[in-house]
Amino acid sequence: MGESGDPPISACGRPTQASRGSRSQSRSSFTENRIGPWGTRIKGSQSVLRWFGSILILLVFSSLAHAAKIGEIADTDWTEQAAEFFALEHPAIRAAALGTLLIGFCCGGLGSFLVVRKLSLLGDTLSHAVLPGVALGFLWNASKDPWAIFIGATGAGIMGVALVGWIRQTTRLKEDSAMGMVLAGFYGLGVCLTTMIQNMVMGNKSGLDSFFFGQAAALSSADLWLLGAISAISIVLILLFYKEFLAISFDTAFAKAIGMPVHALHYLLMALLTFAVVVSLQAVGVVLVSALLITPAAAAYLLTDRMHWMLILAAGFGMISGILGAFISYLSNNLPTGPLIVLGSTAIFTLALVFGPKHGLLTKSLRRRRQRKRIALENTLKSVFHLSENSGFKRKEFAVTELASERNLNLPSAEREIRSLVDAQLARHMDPEPGTEWSGKARFQLKDAGWLRACEIVRNHRLWELYLTNAAQYQSDHVHDDAEEIEHLIGEDIVQRIERRLRNPIRDPHGRLIPQKNQITA
Amino acid sequence: MQREPLIPEFDWHTVFVQPWSEYASNSFWIALMGFLVSGTCGLVGCFVILRRMALVGDAISHSLLPGITLAFLLTHSRNTVPMMIGAVAAGVITVALIEAIRYSSRIKADAAIGIVFSSLFAIGVILISVFADKVDLDAECVLYGELGFIPLQEIAYFGDQAIGPEPVVRMAAIALIAIGLLIAFYKEMLVTSFDAGLAASLGISPARYQYGLTLFLSIVIVSSFESVGVVLVIAMIIFPGATSLLLTDRLSNALWISTVFSGLYAFLGFHLATWLNASIAGGMTVVAGTLFGIVWIASPNQGLIAQFRRRHSSKETNFEPINPGL
Repeated sequence: MGESGDPPISACGRPTQASRGSRSQSRSSFTENRIGPWGTRIKGSQSVLRWFGSILILLVFSSLAHAAKIGEIADTDWTEQAAEFFALEHPAIRAAALGTLLIGFCCGGLGSFLVVRKLSLLGDTLSHAVLPGVALGFLWNASKDPWAIFIGATGAGIMGVALVGWIRQTTRLKEDSAMGMVLAGFYGLGVCLTTMIQNMVMGNKSGLDSFFFGQAAALSSADLWLLGAISAISIVLILLFYKEFLAISFDTAFAKAIGMPVHALHYLLMALLTFAVVVSLQAVGVVLVSALLITPAAAAYLLTDRMHWMLILAAGFGMISGILGAFISYLSNNLPTGPLIVLGSTAIFTLALVFGPKHGLLTKSLRRRRQRKRIALENTLKSVFHLSENSGFKRKEFAVTELASERNLNLPSAEREIRSLVDAQLARHMDPEPGTEWSGKARFQLKDAGWLRACEIVRNHRLWELYLTNAAQYQSDHVHDDAEEIEHLIGEDIVQRIERRLRNPIRDPHGRLIPQKNQITA
Repeated sequence: MQREPLIPEFDWHTVFVQPWSEYASNSFWIALMGFLVSGTCGLVGCFVILRRMALVGDAISHSLLPGITLAFLLTHSRNTVPMMIGAVAAGVITVALIEAIRYSSRIKADAAIGIVFSSLFAIGVILISVFADKVDLDAECVLYGELGFIPLQEIAYFGDQAIGPEPVVRMAAIALIAIGLLIAFYKEMLVTSFDAGLAASLGISPARYQYGLTLFLSIVIVSSFESVGVVLVIAMIIFPGATSLLLTDRLSNALWISTVFSGLYAFLGFHLATWLNASIAGGMTVVAGTLFGIVWIASPNQGLIAQFRRRHSSKETNFEPINPGL
């Protein structure tokens, strides 16, 4: 039972402080150029790509030589610290900043493919599945040789992904169970191995712990080289195979049909993802790597409908959250980097979720509100049309009470509706000048624009009713409610098509006249 | 320093005899706790798998961290009740957030799960780091669990009678509740898991049982994670059910078989860990994975071997008459 008494990976609670002192690690060098894929064939994105690329390359070359520990820098107050951090003068800061930038870049870009393929949690599976590989790599020569760990972890990751696919194909278990089993099973094996390593009498076993919660300060220059190398490979591969990756992501059947090696491409993508996960582990930690794959990509997914823009945005968001995380954990001495990066990307995601110009919650609710308002206006207009129709189109002015009884409303609501008509420049008040207190006797008249719109709505309504009875064989007493909804939604082109199909009808199923296009405009 | 071999020599005496002679009581409590945890998780897990909620379980297990940390910070105690409340609240919030993101945006369920649990877990880790001096929660314990420490825990008393270490007693209580609920609501759970439409037409609200299961899942996870850790609790939830569903087509049988497997995990895992000097929860998971592998290959009806045979024989027999060319 000794094993559990001496828990495996130490100092998890406060990884930062512990790691500041004694880390020199393995994996992080490849995040930087993930943007690659979209850059290939899309002009708009190329300039962005180049811009990112040159900054990253500058950073790489200026800092690789002397990466050290962030924590060695003496504390001052936070503005000075901020200035110090962003001046990037200290090599340790440069290493951490570069490392987190690269990681955010890689993971964000590659994660986009997972998110659009609805495989997000495969990233989670992957990040847990690499653990036994990390432990075995560590055992290879009992030290943190980045390359040994890298190879072991990649092998384990790819095996895990393959197992998920295999379990799903050959058993009745669904994808979620398969992923859960691989995730937990591999992780359990990894925990076993790590505890065994910890319990062995060995010299240098420090460092394995940073794999759990992550510490950007743990990035060594060897890690950065690895990170850089893998970034470059990923960018090149994604640029080369962008079209193919796009095809297998959105339409696997099509990709198969035109003869693409779908399986090979899938595993190539998985290999790239495994690389990204493995090199990010050190800075972000096993549990949270998946967030870096998913969250920036999901935020980008909310903002754009084009894959290349999604890749660019996701990589950008990844970089922003990476640098934010590194900065905040630099400000405070005992905050681990990984969770901060994750929270940074969650914040970006939340902003995109709420304020996104296309799919944001705020935009959607504004759009809904506008639509509700428009429908209310149109309903009022339609009622005024009915009033006018009942008088044989002789009267132009109506009292508020008339509208109220036509629409089954109480007086204040009818007044409110008229006021909003007036506000929309569709009607004008007549007799008693519009004051704070006008009564039911107050009168109003539609302006030309309002009359036009009212005719259009009634025309939409009646044409649709006629279409339902004549073309869709509805009973004439069943068509009103449907027309009541559709009248606000169909546009002029649909209306004209209906008109043509019904051969320019004059009367609706109930025998009332349909306002004609030429009459409306006249 | 001399380097010891990674895999110690297998010695029947130290691995199997010694634990049950010299350290019998310790071994008993550890194995019992292991069995209680994996048995309870396994029972709940069968339904979790059938409803394709496996990864929701994973999400809940991760998001418990901020819940219990906050509960701990507010009450300054490791008392069961506030921890339980914090954990269940965290579980409910997790599920609610996932649903909210899914329904209010174009984000799919998988990405929503990933975003929610990782953010909550990150908050938990940061809380623990910031209040490290105040929080007596061990991050290692959260990640790995400490099954080996079970015998060292406070002993719970019933009147004057010592019954056993407190976590074991608590887990036993949860297990009994699980069994009681299972007996009481077996039919409802069966119907809602397999045919939500039929359940609704019978007047059984699928949503209510879904939420009930989620709630109970959080309770089981929070009471188990102390012993097996955040990640491996998922192994204990998925493996027994997944393995038994490969062996049988009947839910009631699957529940029995999963309990048997849980016992095997606890017993074999404990001895594997003793032999390898590794984490017990890790050992249990390795055993679980291995047993799943064996069943996957050799299951009489659905195993890989059976599938291969069937394919092989069907080529010879079934396809022949379809050849109309002759």
